[in-house]
Amino acid sequence: MADVQLRGVKKDYPGGFRAIHGIDMHIGDGEFIVIVGPSGCGKSTLMRMVAGLERVTEGDILIGERVVNEVEPADRNIAMVFQNYALYPHMTVFDNMAYGLRNRRTPKAEIEKRVAAAAEILELQGLLDRRPRQLSGGQRQRVAMGRAIVREPSVFLFDEPLSNLDAKLRVQMRLEIRKLHQALGVTSIYVTHDQVEAMTLADRLVVMNAGIAEQIGTPMQVYRQPATTYVAGFIGSPAMNFIAARLGPDGADIELPAGGRLPMSNGALASQAGREVTLGIRPEHLTVSGAGDGVVSLNVELIEQLGADLLVHGHFGGDRTDITLRLAGATPVSAGDVLPLGVAPESLHLFDRENGRRLETAAPSDVPM
Amino acid sequence: MVENRRYLTYVAHATLILGIVIVAFPIWVTFVASTHEPQDLLTSPVPIWPGGAFLENYRQVLGVGLEAAGGVPVGTMMFNSLVMALAITIGKIAISIIAAYAIVYFDFPFRMTAFWLIFVTLMLPVEVRILPTFKVVADLGMLNSYVGLSVPLIASATATFLFRQFFLTVPDELMEAARIDGAGPIKFFRDVLLPLSRTNIAALFVILFIFGWNQYLWPLLITTDESFYTIVMGIQRMVTVADAEPQWHLVMATTMLAMLPPVVVVICMQQLFVKGLVEVEK
Repeated sequence: MADVQLRGVKKDYPGGFRAIHGIDMHIGDGEFIVIVGPSGCGKSTLMRMVAGLERVTEGDILIGERVVNEVEPADRNIAMVFQNYALYPHMTVFDNMAYGLRNRRTPKAEIEKRVAAAAEILELQGLLDRRPRQLSGGQRQRVAMGRAIVREPSVFLFDEPLSNLDAKLRVQMRLEIRKLHQALGVTSIYVTHDQVEAMTLADRLVVMNAGIAEQIGTPMQVYRQPATTYVAGFIGSPAMNFIAARLGPDGADIELPAGGRLPMSNGALASQAGREVTLGIRPEHLTVSGAGDGVVSLNVELIEQLGADLLVHGHFGGDRTDITLRLAGATPVSAGDVLPLGVAPESLHLFDRENGRRLETAAPSDVPM
Repeated sequence: MVENRRYLTYVAHATLILGIVIVAFPIWVTFVASTHEPQDLLTSPVPIWPGGAFLENYRQVLGVGLEAAGGVPVGTMMFNSLVMALAITIGKIAISIIAAYAIVYFDFPFRMTAFWLIFVTLMLPVEVRILPTFKVVADLGMLNSYVGLSVPLIASATATFLFRQFFLTVPDELMEAARIDGAGPIKFFRDVLLPLSRTNIAALFVILFIFGWNQYLWPLLITTDESFYTIVMGIQRMVTVADAEPQWHLVMATTMLAMLPPVVVVICMQQLFVKGLVEVEK
């Protein structure tokens, strides 16, 4: 077991492309960290640097107080689960799991004990003599995890381990990974582009974009207080609605482009009065209020029925910005309706129009972060 | 097949059978000729059914050989051919798989230059470089030796290229997983890459064995000592004997024997060979 520290980690590829722009973070012992972001954001690169498969251009990576920049992957006491599993095709399941242990000259009895234990946890007992091509996708996935478990590493690294599975299996394996982590309590770093995986698995999330960690925090922090418009748009489904708006003259309410005002909670941003902002509202936080007391009205254009939920697409009056709204499945709405909408003041997110950073409304005197 | 009509099946089979007959007929004639007395072959019509001299003919070529062609028993020549073919095959595979491993998995200066240098030599057949090669081999005193027969033919751009192409299809993650599993370059090669290349090695073995077995010009150039004659050049010597009629029945028996080892290799390796050529699953 160990904690992992990243200190000003940067990665340049030959040719001058900078994939990682300096990341600092501390991953506690036993913590489950999910790095999430779109493809090409540097999340895999970051993890591969922790694994030792990519060189660190600048900065330090520490595993359990030891700088590992120049340490071979095998000597970092890590285990990695690859997206395509990377099982050795010519070896049996047993040999796949035992290979790493054999290479470190673990006694035979110990190998058998550990593989048997891992096989039991992962329900692979009957499959130990098979070869990878005789297994289903889910079973291969388990073998790949078994190979990591038997190493008894201090850090687990998961590189999009579920993206090759079908949707149903993915949900199931997600739960199993979570259970496994609870049972073993090993520090884990998990890379994914799937925000549902990220939200459900993570103790803390790292939302990455273009080689920068936009926000590091617990899933609920990230959901409730996204640090930037990027994070706000990336986490949450359907994505947050963004409206170009302006703070009122006293900084205590928000003027919408289509007319109407939304009051703000927890005091005001008096110092920012009149400022151009981006207003963010999650689709699930817009509520249909009784006729007359709605703050804004939505012209409904399109309905998407999902069964349990209903997605309503439309726009506010003369403003053409698309707005999505999530309602309970049985709500009677149809295209062409005008819905009066309300939103709780604490569910409003304000972002700087220029740089996309969150404007904190908690205390009026706060400098925007 | 898209269509499933009966007469098409017949036509297809008839075509195939005709093809087999055309290919097999000369071999049959060779076999028949090798079982007759010499005078039977010189009278018309040439027999098309086996005669009664099978045992004598084969016993003579295997044990004694042809007086007029140097009197080397076919057994010796086959042994020489076998040694040469195996040395070429095994040497080629060993060297080219290691070369391909270096080119694909190691980052060293002028890596691509090295690859292209190897690749360019693909364009040069043995015949083009045969004089300089002969000079080198002669100066090294390797004439009339197994080393001289095999070593100059071992370097192989084709096999290196094929192994390189195969290694490129092996996912990088496998190498990364092996690195995390604590396997160094030699272990990775031995434990992962070599077993995965099994079918490719088998396919190359077949091709290269036949290539080595059929070498004609090179052995003809560098062997003057009868005890190093190979069978393919030996047949030629039997036909072009001076001051005598070619002993066709014995030549044909030798030819039959010369065909045998490649056939055995193909039959034994057929399963792996086909797998190596068509397998996609990695």
